[in-house]
Amino acid sequence: MRNRTFLFMPGNNPGMLASAQCLGADVVIFDLEDAVAQQEKDAARTLVRHALEELRPQGVGITVRINGLDTPYWQADMEAVVRAGTDFVMVPKLENAEQVLQVAQAIESAREKYHVTAQIKALAIIESPLGLENAYAIASAHKALQGILLGAEDFTAAMGAQRTAEGAEIAHARARLVTACKAAGILAIDTPYPFVSDLEGLEKDAAYAVQLGFDGKAVISPHHVHRVNQAFMPAPEKVNWAKRVMAAARRADEEGKGAVSLDGMMIDLPIIKRAERILLLADA
Amino acid sequence: MSTQCSAAAGTLESNDIFITITATGEKGVSINLSSIVMHQFGDDIKAAIQQSMDASGLDGVEVTAQDKGALECTIKARMETAIARFKEKM
Repeated sequence: MRNRTFLFMPGNNPGMLASAQCLGADVVIFDLEDAVAQQEKDAARTLVRHALEELRPQGVGITVRINGLDTPYWQADMEAVVRAGTDFVMVPKLENAEQVLQVAQAIESAREKYHVTAQIKALAIIESPLGLENAYAIASAHKALQGILLGAEDFTAAMGAQRTAEGAEIAHARARLVTACKAAGILAIDTPYPFVSDLEGLEKDAAYAVQLGFDGKAVISPHHVHRVNQAFMPAPEKVNWAKRVMAAARRADEEGKGAVSLDGMMIDLPIIKRAERILLLADA
Repeated sequence: MSTQCSAAAGTLESNDIFITITATGEKGVSINLSSIVMHQFGDDIKAAIQQSMDASGLDGVEVTAQDKGALECTIKARMETAIARFKEKM
């Protein structure tokens, strides 16, 4: 499964839930948190559960963003989502490793209760200064956690910073988060670009995320999906280079050589890993 | 159960269904359905609503459903929410 785009969709909108697999995103996020009014939390939870059980969107990864651990909704959300089946449960506002353990325990309890055999992984959202300071502790807290998304809107609000198209105010947070995720070996997911109609700014923002090493990017509009997917696609010359690297590595392996060179460059493990990632992104 | 007891779920947006359950004070369950696809799927929608009502154990109520092209999973979800909200008010 590719992870270039994570598209947020309001959990209480049946039309959008039904169209989930047609919008081109690698992963869709059915949102039970910010997109749902307090008095509709029960309705959204029930609707998402039925959609997961009966629509079973194909060819797209499914994530459900549940309500935060500081709300009265998250445990019922977790049970409904695990019972219905999802690829990921996304938990907002995580600030420390203990909360990751709490989430992992809740997933396991719900799996046992409803006899769910499939593995269900967690994604965290870090959206506070404290969460960012604890990024590596969160990222490495439990194997159930497979990735972290930077939530830049709440983060900049907590920092007293102004959110801009250029994103200088989140440059440190992005670099810190992507480093923590890479150190822990989990997905680093970039924050959505909030200026929905600024498609030129979106392309620059997505290119910057790629440059930093993010594995994917969240999006808040279906109109952003194609451009972000494209940004995370490697150029044809890179794909060709990666194929040649993998061929050279296979030859070296067959000939019992520990190392081999290609175009004057030593092919070692980091180069092979980079080539593998390029081919994965290119689906080649 | 008060005859004033009433609960609702859903919306009048496209692809959704708006369900209202109201206590009647009389025995039985009645279903009043309006739908933009009444000719094609009216019987199926009524059957889905009836199935949810049968499972709920509720009696002495009227279900009013305004359908805007909801899929079956949406009908079931909105019925489940409306029934749960109704039971909370009983």
